[in-house]
Amino acid sequence: MNDLRDLYQEVILDHNKRPRNFRIIPQPTHKADGVNPLCGDRISVYLDIEDGVIRDIAFQGAGCAISSASASLMTEALKGKPVDEVEHLFEAFHNVVTSECECPRGLGKLSVLAGVRDYPSRVKCATLAWHAVRAALEKRKEPVATE
Amino acid sequence: MSALHALSTAPVAHAGLDLARIRADFPILRQRVHGKPLVYLDNAASAQRPKAVIDAISECYSTYYANIHRGVHLLSERSTAAYEGAREKVRAFLNAASVQEIIFTRSTTESINLVASSFGGSMVKAGDEIVITGMEHHSNIVPWQLLCERTGATLKVVPFTDAGELILEEYERLLDSGRVKLVAVVHLSNALGTINPVKFMIELAHARGIPVLVDGAQSVPHLAVDVRVLDCEFYAFSSHKLYGPSGVGVLYGKQALLEAMPPYQGGGDMIRLVTFEKTEYADLPNKFEAGTPNIAGVIGLGAALDWLNAIGLDAVAAHEHELLDYATALLQQIPGLSIMGTARDKAALAAFTLQGVHPHDIGTILDREGVAIRAGHHCAQPVMQRYGVPATARASFAVYNTRDEVDALVKALWKVKELFE
Repeated sequence: MNDLRDLYQEVILDHNKRPRNFRIIPQPTHKADGVNPLCGDRISVYLDIEDGVIRDIAFQGAGCAISSASASLMTEALKGKPVDEVEHLFEAFHNVVTSECECPRGLGKLSVLAGVRDYPSRVKCATLAWHAVRAALEKRKEPVATE
Repeated sequence: MSALHALSTAPVAHAGLDLARIRADFPILRQRVHGKPLVYLDNAASAQRPKAVIDAISECYSTYYANIHRGVHLLSERSTAAYEGAREKVRAFLNAASVQEIIFTRSTTESINLVASSFGGSMVKAGDEIVITGMEHHSNIVPWQLLCERTGATLKVVPFTDAGELILEEYERLLDSGRVKLVAVVHLSNALGTINPVKFMIELAHARGIPVLVDGAQSVPHLAVDVRVLDCEFYAFSSHKLYGPSGVGVLYGKQALLEAMPPYQGGGDMIRLVTFEKTEYADLPNKFEAGTPNIAGVIGLGAALDWLNAIGLDAVAAHEHELLDYATALLQQIPGLSIMGTARDKAALAAFTLQGVHPHDIGTILDREGVAIRAGHHCAQPVMQRYGVPATARASFAVYNTRDEVDALVKALWKVKELFE
């Protein structure tokens, strides 16, 4: 049970139960869908970007606790951030969930997902929302897949 | 006794089942995962192999392996005899009339694709219809969709009830269009556990002159199948769910139909005479077995059938049925747990959802308790759509599973609840 608590931390369980920014932005400047073909999970992310800054970000979809919490935490982390920082944050986050490196500074609450690194089959759950945001910024029409 | 009722009417023969001995036949089961004894309940995805199968493959490669159907040397003769011996074992297992009706493929999927391509390609035209059911595995949907795209035929789908039983009135209505060229139906649903009344469905189709393919991937490990009692035109299954090696599938087809059908793939072993002007094809079953097959795998499947026959499918079915009843009763006591698939005639597996917990999280937590289950859409996304869920968790049973393992499953599920509440 203890090692499971490393993965399913209170913050994750909380964001799973009460996801933040779980809504639709009616007229987003950017939108994309992400699918995890392995499990069929689907997520839609909506962004409202003005002058290179993410003014609003929201998501909808059904997924596991890891993907829901990750999406929820991501929206909190990205709201108000310049678009230029997304790639850098994603890279830092990806490192945290895949490798044993020290948690880079500046990730804040996102680092609660570090436990995913011990569960390789769940890394795709943690990164699904991020892939969708990247696709939205690239204005891709087709849903982005984690595979 | 008809094959489709084998489960519901089988005598309770599990008294004869020596579980400790059966489990001792499976080296892989003797291990701990994450520090807990392995509880393998993902048998509907793939079962494990007894030592007899592993030894048969090892013996083949260690002592007599060579290519089949060509060499004049001893090893080739021995390999050919063992390979063709396995074909006879499959024939007997299905009670087919002739070994010529048994074709070895790569998988159930390839068996179905063979029929879709060869039978479908030559006999299905624009305006025709193919009837499948709403509870098919993707492998019994997509080949027919591809065929429909190629030919301009239409796919028709038999709906099912909330309990997971096909609505046979709708099935009959679809058959009555006068345009149906083939029915393709799953015998035992991998997502719901439903045993479909395929014998009756075949009778209804035959009354209208329509041939039937049965997807038996899930059924063959759990209930005795007699293709002559069923009278189906095609029966497809794979070895890896039947305690045999992966990479081997079987297609049973009625001889007259197989003879009328064009080859599926061209190559070696499927020809009689090749010139650049014309090629004469080999007789059945070689006509449909182009290229060097999975020789050791087929021999391994033969060993799996010997092993299974020694226990007896009726005893296997009775044991698994008892496990399923036991599991169902315990699972129903867990608040928020819903079992998906409650057909009257059901076997081998329990698919479920747990309120507030995604199946993938269930799968991960159970894994840490040593319990291997499947979480996801089970390659049956239309079934998930039917129930409005993205995925389910599924515990599926095999002959070597025990009541203690069901207890471990249930105990782990209570842990899931504890963690998420």
